Amino acid sequence: MNAAVVLFPGSNREGDVASAIKRITGKAAKIVWHADEDLPSGTDLVVLPGGFSYGDYLRCGAIAARAPIMTAVREHADRGGLVLGICNGFQILCEAQLLPGVLQRNAQLRFMCKEVYLRVERSDTPYTRRYNAGDVLKIPVAHGEGNYTADEETIKRLEGDGRVLFRYVSPEGKTDPKWNHNGSTNAIAGVLSDKRNVLGLMPHPENHVDPLIGPTDGRGLFESIKTVLEAA
Amino acid sequence: MKARVTVTLKNGVLDPQGKAIEGALKSLGIEGIESVRQGKVFEIELADGDKAKAEAALKAAADKLLANTVVENYRVEVLG
Repeated sequence: MNAAVVLFPGSNREGDVASAIKRITGKAAKIVWHADEDLPSGTDLVVLPGGFSYGDYLRCGAIAARAPIMTAVREHADRGGLVLGICNGFQILCEAQLLPGVLQRNAQLRFMCKEVYLRVERSDTPYTRRYNAGDVLKIPVAHGEGNYTADEETIKRLEGDGRVLFRYVSPEGKTDPKWNHNGSTNAIAGVLSDKRNVLGLMPHPENHVDPLIGPTDGRGLFESIKTVLEAA
Repeated sequence: MKARVTVTLKNGVLDPQGKAIEGALKSLGIEGIESVRQGKVFEIELADGDKAKAEAALKAAADKLLANTVVENYRVEVLG
């Protein structure tokens, strides 16, 4: 498995995600500069990491979405390649229109840095096959703009096509406005592209992979990707 | 040539920042405020030339970068 992590000016989670990939797959990820025009040959997973690319100027992810490397990322996605956007990476994927919708300011207007509960909505995707549908994961979030919004028709299509992969829930796995910490429509925490090869999510699974730190609920996501790519 | 692009949230899109500003204005005792929506204004200096062409260029700029048309509308003005 050959992972490439794109580094934008202002990214800050590239080290975390590269470390999680190394820990779980045994193979180091390549860090790719945003101004490059090509991905390393043989790349089969592209990760857009969290952070504050371009200081969140204009809109979160707006400027990074137009960076030179994004043409190659788009081509990789069009070929069916896996693209994972975490936090700011999710915002970048929405701004690049590789995923629908937009991430607005949290409904409570506060930056949220805490652990949340996520429900895995389906296990038949490259990102979740090592989980079971209905599993509840404890994963950290750290964002000010994670309030997922799209027009009614888009939400209906996402729900109808089963493209909502993660939802904010209570510890028992129930949707409840109280546990939808940023006010996202339908408590959406992560969505897939129509071909299900592009995933964007606000929480940080890469931060819960090491028992030294605490829960390891994020491991399954990287183990799933490894399983899929090694079987290919 | 000066131009201005104004970006505003579409109707129906929740604007928590606008709401917070609205609350602050009310708490300052400024009367008659019914609601506030927050937007952005871009003041752009253009090379002199054809006004229609300038408008087309600004529209492209707004569509490609300045506005996220999923949730925002924009207005382009060439001020001369």
